[in-house]
Amino acid sequence: MASDNLIEISGVGYSYDKRRTILSDIDMVIPRGKVVAIMGISGSGKTTLLRLIGGALKPTQGSVKIDGQFTHDLDREGLYRMRRRMGMLFQFGALFTDLSVFDNVAFQMREHTDLPEAMIHDLVMMKLHAVGLRGAHHLMPGELSGGMARRVALARSTALDPMLIMYDEPFTGLDPISLGVIRNLVRKLNDALGSTSIVVTHDVQEALDVVDYVYYLSEGVMVAHGTPDELRASKDPLVHQFVWGEADGPVAYQYPSKDFSEELELV
Amino acid sequence: MERSTLDLWVGLFVIAGIAALTILALRVGNMSGIASGKSYQLTAQFTNIGGLKPRAAVKSSGVVVGRVEAINFDNGKFMAKVTMNIDERYKFPTDTSASILTAGLLGEQYIGFEAGAEDKTLANGDNIQLTQSAVVLEKLISQFMFSKAAEGDPSKAAK
Amino acid sequence: MFNRGSIINIRGIGHHIVDGVLRFGYSARFIALTILHSGTCFRRPRLIVRELYFTGVLSLIIILVSGLFVGMVLGFQGYQTLKIYGSESALGVLVALSLVRELGPVVSALLFASRAGSAMTAEIGLMKATEQLSAMEMMAVDPIARVVAPRFWAGVISMPLLAAMFSAMGIYGGYLIGVVVIGVDQGSFWSQMQSAVDFREDIVNGVIKSVVFGIAVTWIALFEGYDAPPTAEGVSGATTRTVVTSSLAVLGLDFILTAFMFRGI
Repeated sequence: MASDNLIEISGVGYSYDKRRTILSDIDMVIPRGKVVAIMGISGSGKTTLLRLIGGALKPTQGSVKIDGQFTHDLDREGLYRMRRRMGMLFQFGALFTDLSVFDNVAFQMREHTDLPEAMIHDLVMMKLHAVGLRGAHHLMPGELSGGMARRVALARSTALDPMLIMYDEPFTGLDPISLGVIRNLVRKLNDALGSTSIVVTHDVQEALDVVDYVYYLSEGVMVAHGTPDELRASKDPLVHQFVWGEADGPVAYQYPSKDFSEELELV
Repeated sequence: MERSTLDLWVGLFVIAGIAALTILALRVGNMSGIASGKSYQLTAQFTNIGGLKPRAAVKSSGVVVGRVEAINFDNGKFMAKVTMNIDERYKFPTDTSASILTAGLLGEQYIGFEAGAEDKTLANGDNIQLTQSAVVLEKLISQFMFSKAAEGDPSKAAK
Repeated sequence: MFNRGSIINIRGIGHHIVDGVLRFGYSARFIALTILHSGTCFRRPRLIVRELYFTGVLSLIIILVSGLFVGMVLGFQGYQTLKIYGSESALGVLVALSLVRELGPVVSALLFASRAGSAMTAEIGLMKATEQLSAMEMMAVDPIARVVAPRFWAGVISMPLLAAMFSAMGIYGGYLIGVVVIGVDQGSFWSQMQSAVDFREDIVNGVIKSVVFGIAVTWIALFEGYDAPPTAEGVSGATTRTVVTSSLAVLGLDFILTAFMFRGI
């Protein structure tokens, strides 16, 4: 009964109003147990797609089906029940600044379960150990470096062993060492927990090393998808420019403007 | 351990707040005197209540024995009907008289009880027969002026 | 006669009014949701206790010190005025009535707005800006129930307590100046106060006022924070608006409540 695909997105479109269309006609499947990347330049609709999967937004067209359930069919309760099985890592961690590292990781356990405090302690320590920060459990988020905060957030989003972990720009603004740590954790946690991961990112090289499959979005349209190797070898000029980080190409360097010679009144 | 200090402070805060409210009620307000004990009701009719207000004091020999509960107009007798709550500890004879008095020249008005000599005491719901209305300053002054005028010129007064 | 500028201006005013009504409606829905979703924080009173610390305990110093000083000033000024009429013994009445009826609830609500209200707005605004509220939402925890509701009830509980402490402290300040420094008779200071201050008319009404102010200030503070644009300027603007709007709301509500409570004409 359970299909091999955890997430099936078909014909999804999203627009804030009639004029501003963010996404149109997206088809996508995410198989269980895989790490899938959604890539694209800034403003291509990646984060919106992630919010659609998380149920924070409802698609204006098409459907999002997660583990056999359509998100637009769910009421608030159903949505919350589904989200308990999801973890999400926000761009800058979004740790609760008024709670310690320990309490941050314990947050969901305390909110959603009736586990005794002793057991929560053990579970939190296990999660923190997995990200290498067991010793930092008493610190406040303000005392952490960016990389450490990201790792705590990672521990927090895997607190309830979710079936799906979503990462919103997990590599942004990290030093090379922290970046390597996070990158490896994405893979390790996914395989250790037997969950499925979606990584939204524009850090191409880092992502291509760890993911199984890539979807490439441009201006709200799915323009390419394939394994990392397929993408690297792609002849599609859009993909090529993105993967190899070229300044000019189909995505123009210049913001749309009038002719330069006209601007300088040379004509 | 950090939690317990927080609890301690919040506990102290709430206690201090309730203590402040209690101080206001007992030390500053007049909760202490009358509201604590049980009371019984008496009524009295006055031709003029002057500036008497609900919650005004009822005193006997200067001691507060009760409070004015309500002031109505009795449309049968065309008089003001004052309902008072009197502290149960104090009993008054049936021929007690009630008068509306003023604390100082311009102070608040209150009801004064002058105890009579009867053996029977007033019970809940009883009516005080002997009453004396408020002194209205304007009337007093005009009476004084007219009598002075009459004294000063008897021939004109006779006219 | 009408130039384009003035027409635009009129449209601007109209826009502002419509915008204000919309925001008011939205904030009313927000507070209704907050009250509706208060179940969580009543089942877990610890959440409210935590916020009581931040709204109540941390406002204590400013409330007590201001109360003391306001009372002492009332002692001096009241004495000056009452002396003219030879009724210095009524100083206790003057100090107590002005504090219990007006200054206690109003001044402590104004201080509360700038001390606790602005902090609430900034905190919630920052939680929103740093995606903490979205993160909570994604963890299937309702931020209104978990973050907003406990702060609301903490504000509603601590406001009357703070106002009572302000009044009590102020009366003590008035006593210090009137009786200890100037030498008004202690007996008449207290006894006149006690006979003039009515429990129901003055003290209970003062408490009612401070509860209403507590609701208004926390409502505005929480809504401004929750509605703040998720940027640094957005949060700082919302914090300023909280102080301005809630101060005006307190003074406006005070007028309305006083008009309702006014006795004896």
